Amino acid sequence: MTVGVLALQGDFREHCTVLRRLGVEPIEVRLPRQLAQVERLIIPGGESTTIGRLLTIYQMLEPIRVRAGRDLAIWGTCAGAILLASTVTDQKQGGQPTLSLMNLTIQRNAYGSQLDSFEAPVAMPIIGEMPLRGVFIRAPRIVALGVGCEAVGWLEDGSVVAARQGRLLATTFHPELTDDDRVHRLFLEL
Amino acid sequence: MEKATWTTKVGLAQMLKGGVIMDVVTPEQARIAEEAGAVAVMALERVPADIRAQGGVARMSDPELILAIKQAVTIPVMAKARIGHFVEAQVLEAIGVDYIDESEVLTPADEEHHINKHKFRVPFVCGCRDLGEALRRIAEGAAMLRTKGEAGTGNVVEAVRHARAVYREIRRLQSMNEDELFTYAKQIQAPYELVKQVAAEGKLPVVNFAAGGIATPADAALLMQLGVDGIFVGSGIFKSGDPVKRARAIVEATTHYNDPEIIAEVSKGLGEAMVGINIDQIPTEQLMARRGW
Repeated sequence: MTVGVLALQGDFREHCTVLRRLGVEPIEVRLPRQLAQVERLIIPGGESTTIGRLLTIYQMLEPIRVRAGRDLAIWGTCAGAILLASTVTDQKQGGQPTLSLMNLTIQRNAYGSQLDSFEAPVAMPIIGEMPLRGVFIRAPRIVALGVGCEAVGWLEDGSVVAARQGRLLATTFHPELTDDDRVHRLFLEL
Repeated sequence: MEKATWTTKVGLAQMLKGGVIMDVVTPEQARIAEEAGAVAVMALERVPADIRAQGGVARMSDPELILAIKQAVTIPVMAKARIGHFVEAQVLEAIGVDYIDESEVLTPADEEHHINKHKFRVPFVCGCRDLGEALRRIAEGAAMLRTKGEAGTGNVVEAVRHARAVYREIRRLQSMNEDELFTYAKQIQAPYELVKQVAAEGKLPVVNFAAGGIATPADAALLMQLGVDGIFVGSGIFKSGDPVKRARAIVEATTHYNDPEIIAEVSKGLGEAMVGINIDQIPTEQLMARRGW
């Protein structure tokens, strides 16, 4: 199994470190030729405007769209979740490129500025009973789920912070910044 | 729910890695930076090259300008406070900036004390020239570092010197035993616990960007290959002939820093770079990197 981490910008090294701990040697994906080698792809946290722009310039939007959910499983964390969503609100002026693969609506910077970044427990029954430590950094919010897309993670107030659509997974928080690798293990099985 | 934890402070810097943070002086420039792929902007009244040229006391920017820039973009907005000026920092926190740069580019307000950054909910980035300075700033609560370089010169030599110093000292630490670490911590005037941690992990506990003099895509890639996590470009973009093209090129070179063919491609036809200054022609008292202790 070949696992890639999109390495255009963001905390891709943190994802790579977790994967190595799990015995998987990841490929850093910056160009289409690296993308062609991988069967799973993590889109890390970072700035969705920056990553979207670089995906466009280096012609990776279409190659990802064509394979997504079929022979390419994808997990997006935070900025990655924004790139996966079919509808993004509070985009930058003039709009921004996204992959638009999962049937969900996501609101950017939904909790406010950096001062409103927070940590809170996340319930995610598909990985076990014990809640995750969720790290939310200028996080987006999943505001609506469409057909075929199911909620798989919640904050204590019931708001959805993780969603799954077949072999596509989105989390608005950062498991790669904690020692808990259960979401990475889930993704490797997806 | 816990807000503004150490993990979220350091975490935002981790999300900026592999990216370019650009100095901007108007909302329009901020939009250009965001459009070009900047991961964040530094909101300022004057870029360092102008501060250098105009002289006088350089202070925190007008909050109204910072707020206008915040309105214009969706990416994080940083702003500078003077070294030791904790009230400027309080003001910047009050208007909700995403990161504060306690910066030697502004005129220092306190020649002995840096800001006690643990007291703030907003995270801080600070400049450093070597490992000792880096660890002193972390001890005071900095959640992100940048090597200082020499701002407003368009000359990368000091940025290279400072990045090399930091990573050379980290490599040296890794070969030392505990007895030597105690002495080394004293020599570089850094807290022993942090020295021990860096020796064990072989890396800084927070993200470190390069700053001060980066003017071309190749400059950015050079610093990335030396080991920094990302790039600050101050005067280098909006003091050049074609800011839009140069901004995009520096973003791409920062991502593909190990790919000379791509760096060559993006370096073509960028127009004039900012006019550079040789460091030895700057009077010693005007060197910004010497501010801070």
